[in-house]
Amino acid sequence: MAEALVKEKPSLGYHEEKTDTVIRLVSTRKRKKEYQVTGIQDIASENNWKAWLYLAPVIILVAVFLLYPLVNTMFIAFTENYKYATGEYDGFTINNFGVILGLTPTTSGAVVTDFVDYAIPNTFLIVFLTVPVSTLLALIIAVALNSIKWFQKFLQTVFFLPYVTNGIAIGMVFSVIFDQQGVINYIFGTDTAWVFGATRAMGFVPLCIYIVWSSIPFKILVLLSGLQGIDKQYYQAAQIDAAGHAKTLWRITVPLLSPQIMYLLVTSFIGAFKEYTSIVALFNGPGTSGKYGVPNMYTIVYYIYDNLSTSTSYAAAAAVFLFAIILIFTFLQFAVSKTRVHY
Amino acid sequence: MKNVFKKFLKKEEKPALVEKPKIVLSIEDSGKTVDAIKRSQKIGHIVMMTITYAFILFLALMMVFPFYWMIITSLKQRSEIIATTQTFFPSIVMWSNYVYVFQVFDFTNYMFNTIVVAIFSTLGTLLTTIFAGFAFARLKFKGREPLFMLFLMTMMIPGEMMVISNFITVASFGWVGEGQTLMDAYAAMIVPFWVSVFYIYLLRQTFKQIPNELYLAAKVDGKSDWNFLWKVMVPLAAPSLISITILKFMGTWNSYVWPQLITLNEDYQLISNGLRGSAFVNNDAGGQVEYGYQMAASVCVTVPLFLLFVFFRKYIMRGVGRAGIKG
Repeated sequence: MAEALVKEKPSLGYHEEKTDTVIRLVSTRKRKKEYQVTGIQDIASENNWKAWLYLAPVIILVAVFLLYPLVNTMFIAFTENYKYATGEYDGFTINNFGVILGLTPTTSGAVVTDFVDYAIPNTFLIVFLTVPVSTLLALIIAVALNSIKWFQKFLQTVFFLPYVTNGIAIGMVFSVIFDQQGVINYIFGTDTAWVFGATRAMGFVPLCIYIVWSSIPFKILVLLSGLQGIDKQYYQAAQIDAAGHAKTLWRITVPLLSPQIMYLLVTSFIGAFKEYTSIVALFNGPGTSGKYGVPNMYTIVYYIYDNLSTSTSYAAAAAVFLFAIILIFTFLQFAVSKTRVHY
Repeated sequence: MKNVFKKFLKKEEKPALVEKPKIVLSIEDSGKTVDAIKRSQKIGHIVMMTITYAFILFLALMMVFPFYWMIITSLKQRSEIIATTQTFFPSIVMWSNYVYVFQVFDFTNYMFNTIVVAIFSTLGTLLTTIFAGFAFARLKFKGREPLFMLFLMTMMIPGEMMVISNFITVASFGWVGEGQTLMDAYAAMIVPFWVSVFYIYLLRQTFKQIPNELYLAAKVDGKSDWNFLWKVMVPLAAPSLISITILKFMGTWNSYVWPQLITLNEDYQLISNGLRGSAFVNNDAGGQVEYGYQMAASVCVTVPLFLLFVFFRKYIMRGVGRAGIKG
């Protein structure tokens, strides 16, 4: 036994020798790559000051038009009666958030609840109605487009058309289509006011249809390019296992598309929170009764733009509020994506 | 009891024994030959394809319908637009709607403003993007990665946060306010949009794909970074740059909020603002909107975008596929 133990030692030494040669092999490979990289870095690092020269225009513009405004808006949100023309304000307060949320009265003494009554619920309704519907519809269309042979390119272009349009122009077309004497009421034999003089609920129908219509093209494009990147072998394997169409879609296509879907959800959630132009285009004002009526179609962003010059502090508070909501949602989505998205 | 149990067991066992061969023989049992099965599969495939095509064509019609309705409404008389019986083709084609658009709506002025703003903001954006993309992709300097991360993080901030303060900034430059000239308005509409973090990100990715060997070769030939950027990198990244140009152009064509905020005079505004302006309200008819004129103007605004799309379809779709942000 003792002899055997002793005999094992040289074998260990042999083993060591072996690993030694392996390491040497790897190290030569590494050196080759490192040599290439350092070559460029040597040249590039000489131009250190030049790099800042190249970046100067962008840095100045980002500082003036992106970073400074961000800080300044947060600052304004905590000032009282900020006047944008002169930059004057009457001290600091946190009442602005109370005012927009309808909790504290404004300086003139009235409690304004447009923001809580219309802006917040409308914005959330738009987000949770249009984003799931448009994403699901885009997914179905993309899968269908991917499975056909004839006219695929042509139909792909047709579905992309709404992207290359002027939002205001097409929004006005929708308000003509949904006019009380328009084609929708004519086809369905109804006499509903969808746009002008509509109730809040009815006003949401053309609005959501318009938003879905205009947001679908981009989603189809992204999903289609994702679909074309999926390896055909997965589908052949599914076919051998006799998996049905629905099962193939939910078990293979959707999980493999999850990065694209995730990207679309994050961007379209943010986009839907900022809906504004669609309302201007459709209703020509903040509500279904025109420019000066009840603002029952208010969104958070509409509120911001409406109050920008008259009560800047409230607009800034609303902007900070929106920023916080978007941040929370984005982080929530990233947290979900960690468990659900397969990269 | 035992007997019953045994019977039960037997019953349980028997189907299991029978079923196994059944699976194998099922094809022969149903009396179908391989050809027949292939045929039925083919029929199933054709049915599936028919349903798919019907579904897609229906939705494609939905997609195109607003465009169709825009065009025919722009050619209709007022009485026909609001008639109780809607027509799917104008009974009398009214080209005069378009004449009105060019004479009363002053389409050419809005168009001119839009094109000027689009050209100059696109040129500025291209320059800053090329410089920044080059620096981030090629040059090495201290704090490159942190700075790039900071840039990327600004993409998360909603533009509405910026609009309030940018309005104040632009006003303090004297571009907005009493005595605003056309040049002031142009500057206010162009300069704040000279930077786009997203395009910088896009171009950096493109620049990074250009092989190191080209850079080294240029160095060996004694070319400066500046020459290398303009003679090698920019031509090689041309497809990306074209995509950026077109998307930026489309963005200006669509911009509504900012021009609306900063212009005092309607003559300084852009095409979207003109469309939603008051030119189409007929005061004689009790403040009714003249849909025919409005739609004719919409067609005039949409057609240039369509032409752009027809000629640059490849670049637009590829650019959007990677970028995905309008403007």
